[in-house]
Amino acid sequence: MSDVNPVSGSPDKEPATEAQEARSEARATPTAPAGDPDRAVPPAATPAPGKESRPTLGKLFLDNLWAANTVTVTVLAVLLAMLVGAVLIIVSDPEVLSTYSYITARPSDALNASWTVVSEAYANLFKGAIFDPDASGFTAALSPISETLTYTAPLVFTGLAVALAFRGGLFNIGAQGQATIGVILSAVVGFALPLPPGVHLLVALIAGALGGALWGFIPGILKARTGAHEVINTIMLNYVAVYFLSWIIIQSGVQNPNRSDAISKPVESSAQLPRLLGADLRVHAGILVAVLATWFIAWLLNRSTLGFELRAVGENPDAARTAGISVTKTYVLVMVISGLLAGLGGSNMVLGSTANALTPLVIAQIGFDGILVALLGRVKPWGVLLAALLFGALQAGGNRMQSYSGISLELVTVLQALIVIFIAAPAMVKAIFQLRAARAARLQTSLAKGW
Amino acid sequence: MEPGEIHALLGENGAGKSTLMNVLYGLYQPDEGEILVDGKPLKLKGPSDAIAAGIGMVHQHFMLVPVFTVAENVMLGAEQVRGRFTGLLDRRRARREVAEVSERYNLRVDPDAVIEDLPVGIQQRVEIVKALTRDVDLLILDEPTAVLTPQETEELLAVMRSLKAAGKSIVFITHKLGEVKAIADRITVIRRGKTVGTAEPSASRDELAALMVGRSVRLTVDKQPAQPGKPVLEVAGLVVDDDRQVRAVDGVDLTVHAGEVLGVAGVQGNGQTELIEAIMGLRPVLAGSVTLDGQAVHGWSTKKVLRAGVGYVPEDRSVDGLVKEFSVAENLVLDIYDRPPFGKGLSLKPDAIAKSAKERIEQFDIRTSSADAAVGTLSGGNQQKVIVARELSRPLKLFIAAQPTRGVDVGSIEFIHSRVIRERDIGTAVMVVSSELDEVIGLADRIAVMYRGRIIGVVGPDTPREEIGLLMAGITPDAATTSPTEGTTSPTDGTTTPTEGTAAPAPEGPGNEDEA
Repeated sequence: MSDVNPVSGSPDKEPATEAQEARSEARATPTAPAGDPDRAVPPAATPAPGKESRPTLGKLFLDNLWAANTVTVTVLAVLLAMLVGAVLIIVSDPEVLSTYSYITARPSDALNASWTVVSEAYANLFKGAIFDPDASGFTAALSPISETLTYTAPLVFTGLAVALAFRGGLFNIGAQGQATIGVILSAVVGFALPLPPGVHLLVALIAGALGGALWGFIPGILKARTGAHEVINTIMLNYVAVYFLSWIIIQSGVQNPNRSDAISKPVESSAQLPRLLGADLRVHAGILVAVLATWFIAWLLNRSTLGFELRAVGENPDAARTAGISVTKTYVLVMVISGLLAGLGGSNMVLGSTANALTPLVIAQIGFDGILVALLGRVKPWGVLLAALLFGALQAGGNRMQSYSGISLELVTVLQALIVIFIAAPAMVKAIFQLRAARAARLQTSLAKGW
Repeated sequence: MEPGEIHALLGENGAGKSTLMNVLYGLYQPDEGEILVDGKPLKLKGPSDAIAAGIGMVHQHFMLVPVFTVAENVMLGAEQVRGRFTGLLDRRRARREVAEVSERYNLRVDPDAVIEDLPVGIQQRVEIVKALTRDVDLLILDEPTAVLTPQETEELLAVMRSLKAAGKSIVFITHKLGEVKAIADRITVIRRGKTVGTAEPSASRDELAALMVGRSVRLTVDKQPAQPGKPVLEVAGLVVDDDRQVRAVDGVDLTVHAGEVLGVAGVQGNGQTELIEAIMGLRPVLAGSVTLDGQAVHGWSTKKVLRAGVGYVPEDRSVDGLVKEFSVAENLVLDIYDRPPFGKGLSLKPDAIAKSAKERIEQFDIRTSSADAAVGTLSGGNQQKVIVARELSRPLKLFIAAQPTRGVDVGSIEFIHSRVIRERDIGTAVMVVSSELDEVIGLADRIAVMYRGRIIGVVGPDTPREEIGLLMAGITPDAATTSPTEGTTSPTDGTTTPTEGTAAPAPEGPGNEDEA
């Protein structure tokens, strides 16, 4: 793995330990989320010194990779986020921090302590998300991947929901609310309707999708008919959905009669998504549906007339209208499909293995995380899938990091946020790593100001 | 450049005129070479350096704050402050400066008028005043006449002459040959980023045009006399509001026959845009009727109108005509993407789209690196060709082209014009709306002049320019004095008698009061 040198060689200005950490991180975690990009760098770098005729080609390839490739930027953003995360780990650990009080006397103490706590944290993150080398047996070896996929599935749906709306020129902040309505309907169908297995699951999923679609339709029709801004309306509908959930849980017929707290009856097993790798591993068929949905949305966007309309309206509604495309109809459709996807994301939370009953926090933050996933995935369907995989891995790894290294799960949230911030400012990432394109990017921004 | 000289910079779109001037104004940095001012090399790091060196620029798109007054806009960027610590703006001084400059150079502007209330010509004058208050010796005017009416253009030329008399130098960027000949002392022609020649204003139009495009071009449109057939488009008593709910089209009647070109002339903002948008179903029709081939189409959706065999080149290609982020191929099917062979049911046929794009690119001489390139990367002329190619590649009954050659280079203008005439010759009814009088005269078989939402007269293409110009300014010549509305309906044709009855009273009555 000598090939990581070109990656971590640049952050010179960081203290020595952190450069070291960066190297260890490069070796450890990022291979998880963005497996192919990381693998893409080595082949170009390694043959370069070996053969005489290759260097120019290899160098060219590398240059291109550095300059414009969004994959590179993503990987670098992950690296940067982990660097900042490392600093946070050190600062939040009082024992390690105390070694810094005598850093001038014995610098090795501080450096060693920092190294230990950070490397251990990230090692646990890796072990929880991808693979634990110490694990013995089939189940234990696959457990991290299973966890990652379990967390990934709902994020794919909400990420796709936000991304699709984005492409149609709408900012759907309401994935959270749409997922909430979806989870409610799925759960109610799941415990209230006596249906045979298979059919029951299908009806529950459809109910969730319809619920989300309804919650997307409302801001869609308001936007189309009255021009009411979808951002405001979706945010408001998020509140409505969340409080509706809190209310419906404690209604008789919904609340679990054996419990006094706010929890609904459990979903019948006939309505649950089947587990893929046996009862001991949590990964369920939701991830398969998610991949299917990704494929469908990719087809819809790029290969269908509806997708053509949607993209045209998203990029230039005036030209779309002039070309005879009904902008209002498209807005409504976009929001309905977007809500439908978010609703399916909600269904995943109660029909899968995460939970089997409604609680006030049953869907966690999947709607809001969906916005981050969509941005990280560059609002492209397959990009969203990869981004959701990264977020799922961070979530799964974060759980282990919390229980083994005692580092709070919130760090993962901070990491996710930092990654998105660095992605949102690609010019900054490029500039920090002194990429070739940075000069061009700066020129552009200064011009934009001038005009 | 010499003091007191008007130097015209002539070139096609994308020839590098604006880039050169942006370098002069310090917005771009030169890669090589240097700029000499008074014999000294000058290094410009930004517009402020340029202003300090006595160079001012009036951009093609004005850089004014619409809600500020003239005086406030003029002082913007060089605010004078009264009182050392209080930092109050010295509005009075700014007002005085504006008054002084406008008097000295005979540029009439009211310092207290709010920019958004002013007509475009006056806004431009404010830009010039703004530059002059900065004490510039060299003024760069980037395509200043593109947005002006013929009258406003005349006034601008007068202003330029008085500035010249005051010893200021002016660089005048344009691609309109007539203005260059009228005002310039010296002409430099630029093509593909290189100076290809310097000419005297006495050079003929054809010579200049040839220098610009690098070969001889025909400025007049070559065509056979029209053979009009049955009426295809009939508009009667049409009333349409604009975006601000102000009456824009006020009882228009017109007819376009198969196989003829009806040119609609008029200064921009006299209802032409709203008229065609109403025909296309993009704007609600408040009264009156639009009939296409005997079928009433008002109230139809845009898609239905397009499907009925209407081709439409919108006025503003970057806003209404193209999706810039889309590829050339996608833009070529923007309004027929869901029809076979490009789409069937819910699925698109990328192969068919790519194949047809390849044919169109060749057929219409669209210069692009590939069919997959984003259309926004093409030059203006080629973008326009994409739209024309799209609209002309399906069977049409009616072809409406609004400003078909605005901001398009001479070579593409020639090409687009020949395509329009070819469409006429295969029997399509064609309606061309343009604020370029030359274009209307060159293309049209009949010319309808619009003024304040009404058709003030319909004349033949042989009518002298001056007469049409007067009509555009709302002055009906005594010869046709009977009534503007009668002048409208009678030459169109005799068969539309029922429409005349409904239309006549409307435009006569409250129309003008409404405007006033």
